[in-house]
Amino acid sequence: MTSGTVTAPARTWTAVCGYDDLVPESGAPALVGTDQVAVFRTHDGAVYALSNHDPFSTASVLSRGIVGSRDGVPTVASPMHKQVFDLRTGACLDDPEVRVTVYPVRVRAGRVEVGSA
Amino acid sequence: MTPHTNVPPARDLVVVGNGMVGQRLVEAVRERDPERRWRITVLGEESRAAYDRVALTSYLTGTTADELGLVPEGCYDEHCVLHLGDAAQDIDRVARTVTTASGRTVGYDALVLATGSVPFVPPVPGAGADGCFVYRTLDDLDKIRERAGRVGSGVVVGGGLLGLEAANALHSLGADTTVVEFAPRLMPAQVDQGGGEVLRRRIEGLGLTVRVATATERLEPLDDGGLRMVFADGDVLDTGMVVFSAGIRPRDGLARAAGLELGPRGGVAVDSGCRTSDPAVWAVGECAVVDGSGYGLVAPGYEMAEVVADRLLGGSATFGESDTSTKLKLLGVDVASFGDAHAATPDALEVVYADPVGGVYKKLVVTDDASQLLGGVLVGDASAYAALRTMVGEPLTDTPEQLLTAGPQVSGLDDAAQVCSCQNVTAGTIRAAIHDEACHDVAAVKGCTRAGTTCGSCVPLIKTLLAQSGAAASNALCEHFELSRAELFDVVRATGLRTFSEIIARHGSGRGCDICKPAVASILASLGTGHILDGEQATLQDTNDRFLANIQRNGTYSVVPRVPGGELTPEALITIGEVARDFGLYSKITGGQRIDLFGARVEQLPAIWRRLVDAGLESGHAYGKALRTVKSCVGSTWCRYGVQDSTSLAIMLETRYRGLRAPHKIKAGVSGCARECAEARSKDVGVIATENGWNLYVGGNGGFRPRHADLFASDLTTDRLVVLVDRLLMFYVRTADRLQRTAAWLEALGDEHGDGLAYLHRVLVDDDLTICADLDAAVQRHVGSYTDEWAAVLDDEEKLKRFVSFVNAPGTPDPSIRFVTERGQIRPTAADDDTAAPVTVAGPTLEVVRR
Repeated sequence: MTSGTVTAPARTWTAVCGYDDLVPESGAPALVGTDQVAVFRTHDGAVYALSNHDPFSTASVLSRGIVGSRDGVPTVASPMHKQVFDLRTGACLDDPEVRVTVYPVRVRAGRVEVGSA
Repeated sequence: MTPHTNVPPARDLVVVGNGMVGQRLVEAVRERDPERRWRITVLGEESRAAYDRVALTSYLTGTTADELGLVPEGCYDEHCVLHLGDAAQDIDRVARTVTTASGRTVGYDALVLATGSVPFVPPVPGAGADGCFVYRTLDDLDKIRERAGRVGSGVVVGGGLLGLEAANALHSLGADTTVVEFAPRLMPAQVDQGGGEVLRRRIEGLGLTVRVATATERLEPLDDGGLRMVFADGDVLDTGMVVFSAGIRPRDGLARAAGLELGPRGGVAVDSGCRTSDPAVWAVGECAVVDGSGYGLVAPGYEMAEVVADRLLGGSATFGESDTSTKLKLLGVDVASFGDAHAATPDALEVVYADPVGGVYKKLVVTDDASQLLGGVLVGDASAYAALRTMVGEPLTDTPEQLLTAGPQVSGLDDAAQVCSCQNVTAGTIRAAIHDEACHDVAAVKGCTRAGTTCGSCVPLIKTLLAQSGAAASNALCEHFELSRAELFDVVRATGLRTFSEIIARHGSGRGCDICKPAVASILASLGTGHILDGEQATLQDTNDRFLANIQRNGTYSVVPRVPGGELTPEALITIGEVARDFGLYSKITGGQRIDLFGARVEQLPAIWRRLVDAGLESGHAYGKALRTVKSCVGSTWCRYGVQDSTSLAIMLETRYRGLRAPHKIKAGVSGCARECAEARSKDVGVIATENGWNLYVGGNGGFRPRHADLFASDLTTDRLVVLVDRLLMFYVRTADRLQRTAAWLEALGDEHGDGLAYLHRVLVDDDLTICADLDAAVQRHVGSYTDEWAAVLDDEEKLKRFVSFVNAPGTPDPSIRFVTERGQIRPTAADDDTAAPVTVAGPTLEVVRR
């Protein structure tokens, strides 16, 4: 594990990269403990984090998906078979049965930090 | 014969002839007879089952015999038997049996003659000589093709509809073609003198020679194997072959021998129920004469087949006065006639629009008070044909002048109006299919109603009906853009906007998606806006373009270096092998004559490229919607059959178009002779060598819906070939839909403009849209600005930063990627792999040495 900042007793935060390292409207893969996390920065500057695991293909690839919107909802599309996920909730918008894990994420002093799920 | 039981026994129906009409009869009976009251035996003379004779000529330009086939799957079984290659020879009307050439005797309760017609060969001395052909069957076409390949020239005797079809065939085979017509104009039965004149000029403009008002007196064999034609006016013409296509005669020999009543000028006489003088015998199609009239078109034949099917099952249908309207594309020229084309109705008026320069002639025939449309002739532009034909006999809604210049409005098309005359489908039937069967595109309407499946001339009308119903699929790209890809391309090109953010802000809504972002990225790349990973563009790319490699099922990528024309030096081959070995990659030969290296993790890609680029290799764009490969054979350099240097041309073409971003991938092939070892006709762009240069084919496809490419131009010099391919590719880049291969694009152009290939000719050769100079310049800009996308990333620290497994642990491989070994190479683990099998985590840990 890399450097962690403890802000609340129940949750560990892991700084994964600088906010400026995130290209607007794209994702980046990060390792948080043993979890693979996809961190996204949207057009409006907001930051989101989902599990990088694509439940359809079972490959760790969601960070490489195209970031966009559907009916105003910020989304990422799996690069494998293009299922679209809501960046806020992890819900798959093409299959109501499927949801990916959402991680808490925040920006502190120009660093992007991901919390344990 | 049939046993007596309480259940009505099946009766025997024998159909003589398996042409279009005979086949239609069988299908019509089977549709109406689910209880199988009729046991059917079909006797066909040809070795092939029914095929689309209307589209016969397309057989020479790429359509296969199978594609022309008309027999639906499951049509024939133990109760409905088809005997091919066994002609009926004798009918015994007393015993009610038919005997065939092979000696087969079949009993019948009902007999249908569908023997069609034979080409009429004028009684000219020498007409039976070697080198004389008729134009009727696929076998005829095979013989004509074989001969045309050996002799350089040919004459078609007959300037009617069939004659011009045959001339088209000879012309497409590269023969120097002359049409000889006895009447004072071409297509005398369909068009008037003015229309015939425009047609002649258009056809001569294509390089054919036309002789009208010419009678052939005799044919003499020449020492070189050719033929000399001697005309009545004393002129002579030496030629390599002669095709007689001067009309047809009903095949009534069987009926004649059986003592059935014939028409005054031949043909099997039938009543309005299509029954002959023997109540057990019927006749349909071109062999039949209904109340004194014979028909040489498929639509009346189909109608007769339906009448007989109805009657065999107890109905009382009758054959009405059939619509003899015709629309054809002859040598790329639209010709249509409908209704009373020759103004035979008393006091009929003719309104003519003629543009001899543009090669357009239109005539409407109306009643003397101009209140009703009676018929018309269209030459050069028959776009209004389908709609005009439905208006015959109806009160005119516009003046004849408006109809001629602006075309008719189809909004008020009555439900009873016949849209497809070949299959007799009304506007009401099509509307019902759209609303009740949820047919939302032309293909669905075709499948549901059969409309538009024979000659296709009504497809524009079907599209209009779809559009009017509101059912037609919107061509909007996605929820973010109302525009189609082609419209968006024009907008981006014209406005000069060069970022997605600007484009979506001005012309779209929301923040885009996995559909519009790659589409915009492709448009920007086609317009030459620098590296595809520059700035914001990187975020628009699908993962393959984003990582310049092809994603595989476990999230690793495959890497394909460019191997132009499939030509590879030993050194390059060794480098590729060493890279595969050192990085532990699975290697496989692709279908495009190159080598694919699988199993590369994101963070390995730059190091792999470094090795390849240092050895002089570059990106093969296997990941891009772009030119992939130009496959080739070794050509005349090595091959004893080759007639041109196909490898050099393939390398030149691949180098010229490498990196060109398009709506979908583009594949090409070059074959050094007609044996076609490079399989060029399955490619978007196919080139096949001839003795005189190159033939260019377009719109081929393998994959889910295979399609042979169509011949676009023949015997081109290399320079001319390159000009045409330049224009073709750039026009495709600009106008195709997203993910539309050239095959579908060409078919869509055909649906929109009547004939996709002819339309492409007008745009790319005749420059009707005056865009050729612009297309040429766009290709030049592409060629001049090409850079290797891999090398550019290696030179850019910012871009290299994205090639990491984890932003916070760039050196740690993704632990979920696992391989097992199979046949000496890696493969991704599968769910059912034995857990005890040797598993390699994140690829072999070989030391990677820079050299």
